[in-house]
Amino acid sequence: MELENLRFGTELLKRGFAKMQKGGVIMDVTTPEQAMIAEEAGAVAVMALHAVPADIRKMGGVARMADPAVIEAIIETVTIPVMAKARIGHFVEAQILEAVGVDMVDESEVLTPADEFHIEKTKFTIPFVCGARNLGEALRRIKEGAAMIRTKGEAGTGDVSQAVLHMRQIMGQIRSLKGMDELQLMKTAREIEVDLDLLAESARIQRLPVVNFAAGGVATPADAALMMQLGADGVFVGSGIFKSENPAAMAQAIVQAVHHYDDPQLLARVSKGLGAAMKGLDAASIPEAEALQTRGW
Amino acid sequence: MLRIGVIALQGDVSEHVLAMERALQGKGEVQAVRTPGIIPGCDGLVLPGGESTTISKQLASSEMAEELKKAVYAGVPLLATCAGLVLVSREIEGEMRVKPLGLMDTRIGRNAFGPQRESFEADLDVKGFDRPYRAVFIRAPAIVRVGEGVDVLARVGENIVAARQNSIMALAFHPELTDDLRFHDIFLKMLEERAISGG
Repeated sequence: MELENLRFGTELLKRGFAKMQKGGVIMDVTTPEQAMIAEEAGAVAVMALHAVPADIRKMGGVARMADPAVIEAIIETVTIPVMAKARIGHFVEAQILEAVGVDMVDESEVLTPADEFHIEKTKFTIPFVCGARNLGEALRRIKEGAAMIRTKGEAGTGDVSQAVLHMRQIMGQIRSLKGMDELQLMKTAREIEVDLDLLAESARIQRLPVVNFAAGGVATPADAALMMQLGADGVFVGSGIFKSENPAAMAQAIVQAVHHYDDPQLLARVSKGLGAAMKGLDAASIPEAEALQTRGW
Repeated sequence: MLRIGVIALQGDVSEHVLAMERALQGKGEVQAVRTPGIIPGCDGLVLPGGESTTISKQLASSEMAEELKKAVYAGVPLLATCAGLVLVSREIEGEMRVKPLGLMDTRIGRNAFGPQRESFEADLDVKGFDRPYRAVFIRAPAIVRVGEGVDVLARVGENIVAARQNSIMALAFHPELTDDLRFHDIFLKMLEERAISGG
């Protein structure tokens, strides 16, 4: 086998990477020290960013890609995959992240959007994950090349209700496609503005054509298990770990909760004595203009 | 009826279940194994791809690691892919975080080809195959050294990416993500041979 006959960046490789994350927890980190705690706890990957969503919310201003020097330091520190966030539509931030060597880009509504259009993700060698509130958003992102979808939820709140809402919405819409004939699928594809082939595939396999994680408000082991029981393939935890009283214990407990999501005895055991979860913010109290989930379309 | 268990601690478990079901063509059933107690009843086992640090921690914290070792010592065929190839090894280069099970006489380089940007598909020449095999490598490990009893089946450059030792077949790539089931067929042959020899 000669090394020059290799093919890089194919859809199979991108979606395959996401499949290797299934059943795992991906944790937001801002420093190499936090990345080490995440890896030690059993995270399948870390998400490098300059501040966790709860702090981004508090700080206000424009939220951008993290400093590449910090991302590099995190890549040096851990052996698990490192992901990083780029602004919606900011394809140059994504190019920089690819050059730095991150394994996956999160085109994220947590950062301040740079464009009304999302990134043309098919043009990249590395895979992307994107947020979605409903089937329309999810399939539009997949058409643009997203290899993985996550619910948007409402990041930085520690309130899981919006992640639940978005997961139920996506699953419910897919269920409602069951038994539709070609003409009905065509009508639905027009209504929710998505590619017909992707919609038909979702109808047939009764799930999204790519891996689908939960994100946006997961703060406790019970939250993580809730999202798994609702059908998530895995969980992103943002502020929930490093805004809690005892991050290492919380991180380990959430990993255990995702692995044993349907075992209440074990969930009870891992939920004990973790200290205070992040304080959080009732998502319903956030004015529409300050909600992160309405970014992107 | 054959019973194949796919160790389901983390990773692409459902893909492995489906691929094995396709290969079996009704000659057996495939079960995702999430709890101890099931491995002893399996005729064949699969250790799937995922994150080796995560799977290693989960294995170590349950009785499944011991069950798995016992089964392999007893000759139960094991298909170990990607993270699985790392976990069955005896030694991992420069690595303290993952404790391998030491079932196969191999030394592993984790992420031997670099980050996801360097993940690739390649047409492999495989020992015993009459035409190339399209293999999918995702942040793949490689075997950098083998002991005497290990049969090397394929390489990429200097790196060994497929090998067999007794009842273990270890692959650095993902046969569960493509339609070519030739490695599954070898695995099923290993099961049949064991059944015939009464093992």
